Amino acid sequence: MTQYLIRRLLIAIPSLLGISVILFTVLALAPGDPFEELATNPAIPPEVRMQLRASLGLDDPIHMRYFAWLTSMLRGEWGFSFVSRIDVDQLIMQRLPTTLLVIGTSQIVALAVALPVGVLAGTRPYSTFDKVANTLAFVGFSLPTFFTGLLFILFFSVYLGWLPFVYRTNIAGSGLPWVWEHIKQMIMPVMVLGLFQGAALVRFVRSAVLDVIRLDYVTTARSKGLAERRVVMKHVVRNALIPVVTLIALQMPIVFGGAIVTEQIFRVPGIGSLLISAILSNDTPVIMAVTFVFSCLVIFFNLMADVLYGWLDPRISYR
Amino acid sequence: MAGSTPASATASAPAVDAGHGAGTTPAGASARPRVSPWEEAWRRFRKHRLAVASAVVLSFIILAVLVGPLFWTVAIDEIDFRARLQGPSFAHPLGTDDLGQDLLARMLYGGRISLAVGFAAMLVAVLLGTLIGSLAGMASGPVDAALMWLTDLFLSLPELPLLLLVIYLFREPLRQVVGPEMGVFILIVGVIGGFRWMPVARLVRAQFFSLREKEFVEAARALGASTPRLVLHHILPNALGPVIVAATIDIAAAIIAESTLSFLGLGFPPDVPTWGRLLFDAKDNLDFAPHWALFPGLAIFFTVLTINFVGDGLRDALDPRRVI
Amino acid sequence: MTEDDLRQLIGRVKRGSLSRRGFIRRMAAVGLTAPMATQILAVAGAAPAMAQSVPAYRPTRAGGGGALKILYWQASTLLNPHFAVGTTNQDSSRVFYEPLAGWAADGTLHPILAAEIPSVDNGGLSADGRSVTWKLKRGVKWHDGQDFSADDVIFNYEYARNPAVASTSSGSYRDVNVTKVDDHTVKVEFAQPNPFWADAFVASVGMLIPKHLFKDFAGSNARDAPTNLRPVGTGPYKFTSFAPGDLLRGERNENYHLPNRPFFDTMEIKGGGDAVSAARAVLQTADYDYAWNLQVEDEILKRLEAAGRGKVNVIEGGAIEFIQLNATDPTREVDGERAHISTEHPAFRDPAVRRAIALLLDRKSIEEFIYGRGGPATGNFLNNPPRFRSPNMPMEFNVDRANQVLDQAGWVRGRDGVRAKDGVRLRFVYQTSVNAPRQRTQQILQQAARRAGIELELKSVTASVFFSSDVANPDTFGKFFADMQMYTTTMPQADPQRFMNQYVSWEVSQKANSWQGRNIVRWRSADYDAAFRAAEGELDVVKRAALFIRMNDLIVGSNHVIPVVMRPTVSGSLNTLRPAISGWDLTMWLLSDWYREG
Repeated sequence: MTQYLIRRLLIAIPSLLGISVILFTVLALAPGDPFEELATNPAIPPEVRMQLRASLGLDDPIHMRYFAWLTSMLRGEWGFSFVSRIDVDQLIMQRLPTTLLVIGTSQIVALAVALPVGVLAGTRPYSTFDKVANTLAFVGFSLPTFFTGLLFILFFSVYLGWLPFVYRTNIAGSGLPWVWEHIKQMIMPVMVLGLFQGAALVRFVRSAVLDVIRLDYVTTARSKGLAERRVVMKHVVRNALIPVVTLIALQMPIVFGGAIVTEQIFRVPGIGSLLISAILSNDTPVIMAVTFVFSCLVIFFNLMADVLYGWLDPRISYR
Repeated sequence: MAGSTPASATASAPAVDAGHGAGTTPAGASARPRVSPWEEAWRRFRKHRLAVASAVVLSFIILAVLVGPLFWTVAIDEIDFRARLQGPSFAHPLGTDDLGQDLLARMLYGGRISLAVGFAAMLVAVLLGTLIGSLAGMASGPVDAALMWLTDLFLSLPELPLLLLVIYLFREPLRQVVGPEMGVFILIVGVIGGFRWMPVARLVRAQFFSLREKEFVEAARALGASTPRLVLHHILPNALGPVIVAATIDIAAAIIAESTLSFLGLGFPPDVPTWGRLLFDAKDNLDFAPHWALFPGLAIFFTVLTINFVGDGLRDALDPRRVI
Repeated sequence: MTEDDLRQLIGRVKRGSLSRRGFIRRMAAVGLTAPMATQILAVAGAAPAMAQSVPAYRPTRAGGGGALKILYWQASTLLNPHFAVGTTNQDSSRVFYEPLAGWAADGTLHPILAAEIPSVDNGGLSADGRSVTWKLKRGVKWHDGQDFSADDVIFNYEYARNPAVASTSSGSYRDVNVTKVDDHTVKVEFAQPNPFWADAFVASVGMLIPKHLFKDFAGSNARDAPTNLRPVGTGPYKFTSFAPGDLLRGERNENYHLPNRPFFDTMEIKGGGDAVSAARAVLQTADYDYAWNLQVEDEILKRLEAAGRGKVNVIEGGAIEFIQLNATDPTREVDGERAHISTEHPAFRDPAVRRAIALLLDRKSIEEFIYGRGGPATGNFLNNPPRFRSPNMPMEFNVDRANQVLDQAGWVRGRDGVRAKDGVRLRFVYQTSVNAPRQRTQQILQQAARRAGIELELKSVTASVFFSSDVANPDTFGKFFADMQMYTTTMPQADPQRFMNQYVSWEVSQKANSWQGRNIVRWRSADYDAAFRAAEGELDVVKRAALFIRMNDLIVGSNHVIPVVMRPTVSGSLNTLRPAISGWDLTMWLLSDWYREG
């Protein structure tokens, strides 16, 4: 087991390098540059634009740009953003708390709702509860977040006037009112994201429970006279968790990566909105930094999932 | 009714065995008149009322988008400024948009594309994901590591730059080979499918890890089953639960993703009214002209809902352990 | 009326023997609009004092106005005006930094850090047009208490033109020579007589940064200046905090150089989101005071305004949405270059086809049903300031006439309804950036064209690709590898010289200049070139205006360029807010004069 872990961690280094090469190549080859707005402005001569490109090194060959990036990365320098000309790590650090707070909360909400609902729905298939939960789940993933977000705004902000729909990082005050203001502005983005992610999760949990609950050992456990609660918790859920763990491991990196559409709708200054504006303006250093951290998290959490499989089902061997 | 070994799934999945016919009919059934497993499945499916109703609704939706335009012959792009943002009426059963274009005609026309994209992209994602997941789950060591590296890579690639790159590299060549519309369709399906197989692959692989150690697999192996046979007949059918769920979610995701793509210039041209695009165009008018968003939203919702219930029904009908 | 007559009349107004009203009436008699007549008077120096070009400011003391909350759907990313790549960054910088002068809503100059606007009368402008002398306002202090002086102005000149700094404003400084006359006077010299003298140190490119904080960072280390992120300027508000891409905050500058200003105690600019929800936050829920650049269909704005809390401000500028018909052939490659300048577009070389497309554009409906107040239909490429607007370009929407024109030119409908002649079919690719009103406009033209036997294939490219200067991508507007395209070009100064160089032959966008040339439609005309050259050195304002009008008529008359609608700046503000906005300068150009009533 330990040997397996060490081996996987060692493999992770070349895989990260490989991923970074491919990321960089894709970014370098993808069309666009950071000077969209300069182009339609007649006051800015084209030579100025060309000179700016050259000063940012955009006209150098790709492999040279990559090695420049890699060497500074190895020294712990993340480079500076083309559009704001400040260091990338500073930009990311400014956004990390909000991202973790909003996206993290929504993931917790999604999990906290989806797991029990999915298990309950799976243990009582085709009951009224199951039908209601399913229908809500279908609404959740058949409506895009840009739509549910707007629906929430119209209802809670415009019609009822209860919740603000512009996320503010500079709320003044302290104590409970301050906390309450923060909670108020988080409710809508968290609900929108939680609904969307929770909906899919409910379906997966329900399906996993259904797969297990019909197995004979569950019947055996029941016929032994175990309490239903114990049967479900100890025998069903644990065995149903393998796909669920996989999905959660796939979701976790998003806590760092942010949710682009939702952040945009509610003006949450998270990493998702940083990434999308960086992408739209081809701000390579920012995109590289965010996606690179993101891929580290992807690799790490997927590795965690692999380790957890063995704990959930001891028969799984690591070969 | 299946084997008595605890914690084992069924010895083999009926859906697959059914195709091979003989020898799988349980002994207890021989007293009754012989029913083929397919007839049995159909009998079970019919008892599942939600699934039957969903199948009817789904067929209706598909039929409507296929032949509907033959009966509702209003042009999809007839601009009529006098009839802007009108609610449902006799002339326009689903109302009009902000250029006075008939929404029913647009929904029927766009539905074909949305459904085709949804199903095709789902198939690409699920087939690719299942293939890679089962390969990784069966083979271990370097092959597994390489395939998971590929999965991690795709998970961490930012979609937008890659999409822009894909358009830039492939739009013109594809257009020249298969024509503009088919070219766009292939691109969209490829892109959406190509970006959604990773969860499926990881789910299938995880299931394989667990299943390949189970007794019934070992039993089959001891009986001399080849690896392909083991995978196709014994492991894969038992690993399909999460795949089916992923497939139904992917259809909805693909229909919605198509609308996002057109905003990158990758999707269908702006004059093609797919469902996702109608929903997007309508969103800013939600408080003044709710009908514009309501109908495409409902169309996507009912498609997803019915596909899911049909999926549930099939799964129950094909699972011999469940007695209905 | 000849030019001499006009001059005599202006002279009479100046001497007082003819009233301004009488002058305008006489101008109207010869077909000049009232605004144009006023403009002629203004530029000839016979206009009333400048003060009227900005709205009156009523508060009688500084401060006490509470918080001013502004919403931008694009967020600013940096606060050094010399690095700003777009108006959002320039606007944020403008809160703290000020230029010598700005452009008022009527296209006249308004002094900010200058003591007065240079003119021939006050000796600021030399008679030969080769230099301009700016007198600086005295007693102005930077936010940190240091004095503002001519040294700062000279420093900005050197900073902006230094290639190592890589500033975006360098274009305005590299061809001029700036010298210090005394501590409060600078002189800008030009190599040639230059009627377009109000560029360096004016408006968006003219914001001045303090020498004492930037002097150690005036080279390739410009990026490292700590003041880049903590601006110290002379503006009405002092810097409080900044999160790039999100929020900018400022507080009242107690030592501002104008009396009773500013009104608000604090101000903030929140960035991000989308235009429609920004409009909602001001007009519908009144959470914010002001929303910038509401590029939203007017129908939606009107319904939001119905809530009665805020109103929409429409301010005219020079930006225009227009269609280009490629003069070269985008399908043929010559020397490995598509749309090579030696080729001719197979269909658009026939003036009848171009005229037909212009006839098929239903500008009135596009204005009425799509852009509304945000897009008045126009037949001119050059619309503002009004003295440059041509009266000669009618706009007509007439499908029958278009059919007639094509019939006469021998374009015959084929079996599929598409016209053709000599094997050339009237089937065109019509591209634009992804933007809801643009896609609507595309559909309206597509439908009208179909009725005249012209088939349009619509294509939309995401804006970040369409407007990029990326040499490798075929879909940029600069390459224009399509038959037709549509976008908005902006006019950042109230002077058309930079604006009208888009059609001179030496600016043709091609491989040789990495497709960075400004003449994207690749139309060439010796007449146009000559008119432009003449205007560049013409110091007589009336003659110069006539030259620009002629250029407009040449390019629009060729129908290679079809104007669609003007794009005034549209913003939203609460009913109680009194913003001072100009279509010729940044949104924040006179933030000092914003206040709240009631």
